[in-house]
Amino acid sequence: MKHPLALLPLLLLAACGSGPKTETAPAAANTASLPEAHVDPATAGTVSGRVLFTGTPPVMPIIDMSSNPQCERQHKTPVKAETVVVNPNGTLRNVFVWIKSGLSPAQWPMPATPAKLDQNGCMYAPRVQGLMEGQDFEILNSDPVNHNVHAECERNAAWNESQPPRAEHKFKKFASEEVLFPVTCSVHPWMRAYVGVSPHPFFFVTADDGSFVLKGVPPGTYTIEAVHEKYGRKEGKVTVAPSGTASIEFTYGS
Amino acid sequence: MAPNPTPFPYNRGLHRWSLLLALCTLFLVVAGGVVTSRDAGLSVPDWPLSYGKLMPPMEGGIFYEHGHRMIATTVGMFTIVSLVWLWIAEKRKWMKWLGVAALLAVITQGILGGITVLMLLPWWVSSTHASLAQLFFSTTVAIVLFTSDWWLKGASTILEVATAPIRKLSLAAPICVLCQLGLGAAARHKAFGSIYHISGSPIVTGVILWLVVRILLNYSSNRELRLGALTLISITFCQVFLGIAAYMTRIAYADSVQPMPLMVTFTVFHVAVGALTMAASVSLAILVRRNVALAA
Ligand SMILES: [Cu+2]
Repeated sequence: MKHPLALLPLLLLAACGSGPKTETAPAAANTASLPEAHVDPATAGTVSGRVLFTGTPPVMPIIDMSSNPQCERQHKTPVKAETVVVNPNGTLRNVFVWIKSGLSPAQWPMPATPAKLDQNGCMYAPRVQGLMEGQDFEILNSDPVNHNVHAECERNAAWNESQPPRAEHKFKKFASEEVLFPVTCSVHPWMRAYVGVSPHPFFFVTADDGSFVLKGVPPGTYTIEAVHEKYGRKEGKVTVAPSGTASIEFTYGS
Repeated sequence: MAPNPTPFPYNRGLHRWSLLLALCTLFLVVAGGVVTSRDAGLSVPDWPLSYGKLMPPMEGGIFYEHGHRMIATTVGMFTIVSLVWLWIAEKRKWMKWLGVAALLAVITQGILGGITVLMLLPWWVSSTHASLAQLFFSTTVAIVLFTSDWWLKGASTILEVATAPIRKLSLAAPICVLCQLGLGAAARHKAFGSIYHISGSPIVTGVILWLVVRILLNYSSNRELRLGALTLISITFCQVFLGIAAYMTRIAYADSVQPMPLMVTFTVFHVAVGALTMAASVSLAILVRRNVALAA
């Protein structure tokens, strides 16, 4: 991320100015006017922690894919809903954790690769993900069936497009900060993914150990927010000392 | 009083065709209700084509959304046939214009349906689409009524009872039902919660009860009014119970990750019987306005 080439896509974006989509233009305009972010690697710190789950996890229903047998056929075992996934170690998966506030506004280097959303077995993978404002969002259809992809954004412009089997990948961008909006398919109403659009690269989605880590954070005091699709938002404050690691835990429960 | 036959001849073919149009329209209302209940409205993002084709693969939600479009196209065609038939065979001028109104309504319906898909289902477009559907169905039922043999045989009129006026009251019922349908549609399309629709139901039921009881108490010697009133009240009772069932299943399945069949079934029946309630209240109002003469 500190490689100067990583800035190239952003520079190109700013230079070209007029992307094909109107929604990309404000992003370029917004961030281009900001100073370039500068983090001194000598003092950069880390925020880390875990998202815990207390109580009895809700039983997730088996998804009924019989309305499209081609979806059903792709799974050897029945697929469970992913609304709440509690890990064996008592942590909660698919929680979007990010620095909600505390960073001074800046133009952060953009990841060189797009964020990817796959449709596979009539399920989205990954369920929850983050990307940066203006970053490419690549959508694939690995299925032999038709999907529609509906980005149910509110702060960004919402859209709904079809994606037949073997169709070209879609490339989208989101101009404005928006944590967390659903992406849905109405051909398969159980399909649901969540996307968080962040102005900076300090976000993380918890996986099978429920931990998160935000690296390269400049020293300072921040509000860290955790967002879960069902259990909602929680936040806490941390202070990152120079080269230090700040810890924070979030606890959800049913 | 013995009926005074109207000077207009009965056209059996036209009447039966009108009945077919009304039945197809009811089926179309059911199909539309299924699309909403199964969350399939956006499964076909493009319009007027579906996935750029006339016939997309009918899988998952596409089956419901494109099926709805196909039934709607058929009903649109049937309405054109009705209009042509009315203009050729119908002697009553106002009936020809009722046919024009029906065609305009069904065309508007098609466009609203397309627009709401392209605009990603804004609640006010979807609710207008749902409410106009109910009005269109009532129009097709009115055409069935007006083309029927017994309508053309003339009214057996009865004088309005001064202590139990009914001509104005009969209009209150369809107006209340339409408002209630609008509230239901708006709740369904997430403009606001279902609390307004639920609160409206005792009011609408009360107005219908008031009208029906007044007819049964004061005008039951008129067979048409008696039957119309009994039909309306029977349908209304079914509708209230279906509404409760639809609500209960919705609460029970609040946490489900996909539309559950029992919820879909009750909700769609509630939509369909809502259309019947509307049509029955409109028909009863028409009968009251025709059969009950103002006291001199
Ligand atoms: Cu799908």
